[in-house]
Amino acid sequence: MEGNLNLTLKIWRQKNANEAGKFETYQVSGISEDMSFLEMIDVLNNRLIEEGDDPVAFDHDCREGICGMCSMYINGSPHGPNKGVTTCQLHMRSFSNGETITIEPWRAGAFPVIKDLVVNRSSFDRIIAAGGFVSVNTGNAQDANNIPIPKEDADEAFAAAACIGCGACVAACKNASAMLFTSAKVSQLALLPQGQVERAKRAQAMVAQMDEEGFGACTNTGACEAECPKGISIENIARMNREYFSAVFAAK
Amino acid sequence: MTKIDAKIPEGNLAEKWTKYRSSVPLVNPANKRNLEVVVVGSGLAGASAAASLAELGYKVKVFCFQDSPRRAHSIAAQGGINAAKNYQNDGDSTYRLFYDTIKGGDYRAREANVHRLAEVSGNIIDQCVAQGVPFAREYGGLLSNRSFGGTQVQRTFYAAGQTGQQLLLGAYSGLQRQVGMGTVEMYTRHEMLDVVIIDGKARGIIARDLVTGKLERHFGHAVLLCTGGYGNVFYLSTNAMGSNVTAAWKAHKKGAFFANPCYTQIHPTCIPVSGDHQSKLTLMSESLRNDGRIWVPKKQNDPRKANDIPEDERDYYLERRYPAFGNLVPRDIASRAAKERCDAGYGVGTSKMAVYLDYAAAIVRYGKAEANKRNIHNPSDEEINVMGKEVVAEKYGNLFDMYKQITGEDPYEVPMRIYPAVHYTMGGLWVDYNLMTTVPGLYALGEANFSDHGANRLGASALMQGLADGYFVIPYTIGNYLASEIRTPAISTDSEAFVAAEKAVSDQLNQLMNIKGSKPVDYFHKKLGKIMWDKCGMARNEAGLKEAIQEIQALRKEFWQDVRIPGELDNLNPELEKAARVADFLELGELMCKDALNRNESCGGHFREEFQTEEGEALRDDENYAYVAAWEFKGESEFELHKEELKYENIKIAQRSYK
Ligand SMILES: Cc1cc2nc3c(=O)[nH]c(=O)nc-3n(C[C@H](O)[C@H](O)[C@H](O)COP(=O)(O)OP(=O)(O)OC[C@H]3O[C@@H](n4cnc5c(N)ncnc54)[C@H](O)[C@@H]3O)c2cc1C
Ligand code: SF4
Ligand code: FES
Repeated sequence: MEGNLNLTLKIWRQKNANEAGKFETYQVSGISEDMSFLEMIDVLNNRLIEEGDDPVAFDHDCREGICGMCSMYINGSPHGPNKGVTTCQLHMRSFSNGETITIEPWRAGAFPVIKDLVVNRSSFDRIIAAGGFVSVNTGNAQDANNIPIPKEDADEAFAAAACIGCGACVAACKNASAMLFTSAKVSQLALLPQGQVERAKRAQAMVAQMDEEGFGACTNTGACEAECPKGISIENIARMNREYFSAVFAAK
Repeated sequence: MTKIDAKIPEGNLAEKWTKYRSSVPLVNPANKRNLEVVVVGSGLAGASAAASLAELGYKVKVFCFQDSPRRAHSIAAQGGINAAKNYQNDGDSTYRLFYDTIKGGDYRAREANVHRLAEVSGNIIDQCVAQGVPFAREYGGLLSNRSFGGTQVQRTFYAAGQTGQQLLLGAYSGLQRQVGMGTVEMYTRHEMLDVVIIDGKARGIIARDLVTGKLERHFGHAVLLCTGGYGNVFYLSTNAMGSNVTAAWKAHKKGAFFANPCYTQIHPTCIPVSGDHQSKLTLMSESLRNDGRIWVPKKQNDPRKANDIPEDERDYYLERRYPAFGNLVPRDIASRAAKERCDAGYGVGTSKMAVYLDYAAAIVRYGKAEANKRNIHNPSDEEINVMGKEVVAEKYGNLFDMYKQITGEDPYEVPMRIYPAVHYTMGGLWVDYNLMTTVPGLYALGEANFSDHGANRLGASALMQGLADGYFVIPYTIGNYLASEIRTPAISTDSEAFVAAEKAVSDQLNQLMNIKGSKPVDYFHKKLGKIMWDKCGMARNEAGLKEAIQEIQALRKEFWQDVRIPGELDNLNPELEKAARVADFLELGELMCKDALNRNESCGGHFREEFQTEEGEALRDDENYAYVAAWEFKGESEFELHKEELKYENIKIAQRSYK
């Protein structure tokens, strides 16, 4: 017993992609404020194992907010109540004793549940494979300082490149749109001189793949930006729309 | 004991790689299409290798256990990547990077490999910029640099505190491009559980589909292990939760020698442990030592808050002991110095196992510089403070935020508390100059191999090595092997060797599931971690290591009798994944202790208490230990030592001094 938080957890349990899931209720006690949210789940899981039950499956790896693997929908928000953090960076000091916490997986047609809180986000990889790159083979590059890039552009590209591909934007959106994710990559490359050559093709190909994966349309509610743990700006969506329409227009 | 041949090309150090590249056998494009390469791992090493080999025309399959290749542990690297570009005109050169790396590694790395690394370092930066990696830039639009430990030049390129993320996303974009073109087949949520060896050559792997639990057989003319380091043998480390030794260990048990397993890097600046629940430790990037000053109170057990302790009652012990390098001494030295102060009773925080990393002076310094840049004359202290914090936020903002998130304290206002933690493993699979292990056709790249960092890795050099291996070394060296494989047709995965390998894996998994004991995997992992940290951690001694070996053997026995793995074999089962990894850690831990026991000297990250100078510095024994210890697996708890003598022809080997 390390702390004094006692909590009720309502967790989505689903055996696999084919079976229906449902909420189960668990009590945890003696939780320390210094624990991360995932460490609190670790405590629950080790107890479940000792009691002969199946622990809760969830995705995680770096546990420092950068790999984008953790993906819990906590009390109605992706990554929980705090702004600008992922689930793994959420600490129990953000909750109070006696609270009931509801934990669900990302819910989106393009992110099918694999088990419990684990979903399949490979659609994101396919969007990148469709055009989220500069076509430069190893060895083709010129000296790195040959093209100066204005600091503001570099900084803006960096801000867009900070996306961790977690999918919270999709989970937050009532249409399950992947515009924020896709536009972050389109913007990063559109802002840099290296991305210019393939600019039009990239926007078209990535948007087409996004549609093919079954992500919804964007209706500008801004929920994605509000829930994104990396502060990816919704302005990227506007930029992608410009990129896309000018590409489509030019192609006509 | 046999001699092992590192296959280092003849000739002058500076010409070896150039000559090698121009004379290595080539595979013509038509043949490349028929040659299959299995790449295990999608971190910097794996992603860069896979993309580059696919670009050359090889048929490539890539495996990773995360749900996307972009999530490999490399994503978490913070501080930066080194390259000898000399953009700052401060005296950097290929030779200096080579020299710093050999010296930083405490004269236990191979000269030829390190020189090659320094030679290709600049190309890496070029390649990354061309891919759209948004490195930090100056107002003139050119790339910015900072300094890292163990060097006196500014050669580190960075993207705020997210350098690994940006480099990996660059390599990942190259990889996905090939996936899109159909030249790479990507297998996510797959874990390699064995290598398949046919007629003495690596010919493929057995992998488990983590979602369905099905075992799969995959053929390759060559197999590349780019599977990262094994720091998680200590349970608590800065590594991602999933990082493990299984791929390398299975290869070891199939004949690949394991080199210098005891060389572990303990990183000086991590957030201290807060309690028993701790599942991992968080690094505060070494780049923070650029501007931060490390200190403890001059008084033992000082109860005052950091900000209440006046300047003259603070001991900036690194600046005091190492005036030439100050806070930028290499990691092993900084870590031991912190341990020394805490053990002597000067530690801070509730646990007293921490030292301060203080930004107050840097905030003032940057604030004044900013006032000058903005033409503000006679700025007030308040203005300086505000502007200084802005600069610090721009350089290190995400690290400061992370610190605050974890500890609940604001590092802009109070000094951070830090303590050393396990971070990186210099040891790994032994490889020759071609990056080939002792098993023909089996390669190891990135942190998984032992090659370039000797007994201690310098900051910002792992990213450099991973990308050097993947982008610029393996595309050439693999040709050396595959050129003679063009007549080998793809081997059927129904062949005897594949069937037998799969059965062995399946038997082991079934055995684990059937133990049905009483304790979860974490119980064993934590126990192992504690043994390793106490007895094979920052300081080691003969008696402790001997105890550790016995304790690990006993723990391993207990594990195989009493571990409890819930769930099923044929479903997603994270506990089973963990169990299989911990089973391998329980074997590796023993070898690490044996290696540490064998090495009767102190060097780099390996500090044997019996071997130190009067001032407490590491005491090397070059006469007897200037070799790479390469261990051959002979059966449970049995390992045979082979030595690769290290010859220093270009560097005068000396006691490392950072004073
Ligand atoms: C917090 C942190 C910060 C760091 N900062 C820096 C820095 O600033 N500069 C620097 O130079 N270095 C830094 N390092 C070190 C550096 O990040 C690593 O050494 C490097 O990224 C390792 O890259 P890799 O490609 O060898 O392996 P990894 O990135 O660890 O990738 C391993 C890959 O192998 C796969 N894998 C492993 N086993 C299996 C298996 N059995 N089956 C299938 N797939 C498998 C994984 O899925 C993953 O894709 C840092 C390390 C940490 C922990
Ligand atoms: S845009 Fe934000 S929420 Fe969406 S995937 Fe990227 S980091 Fe996650
Ligand atoms: S576990 Fe990596 S971002 Fe949360």
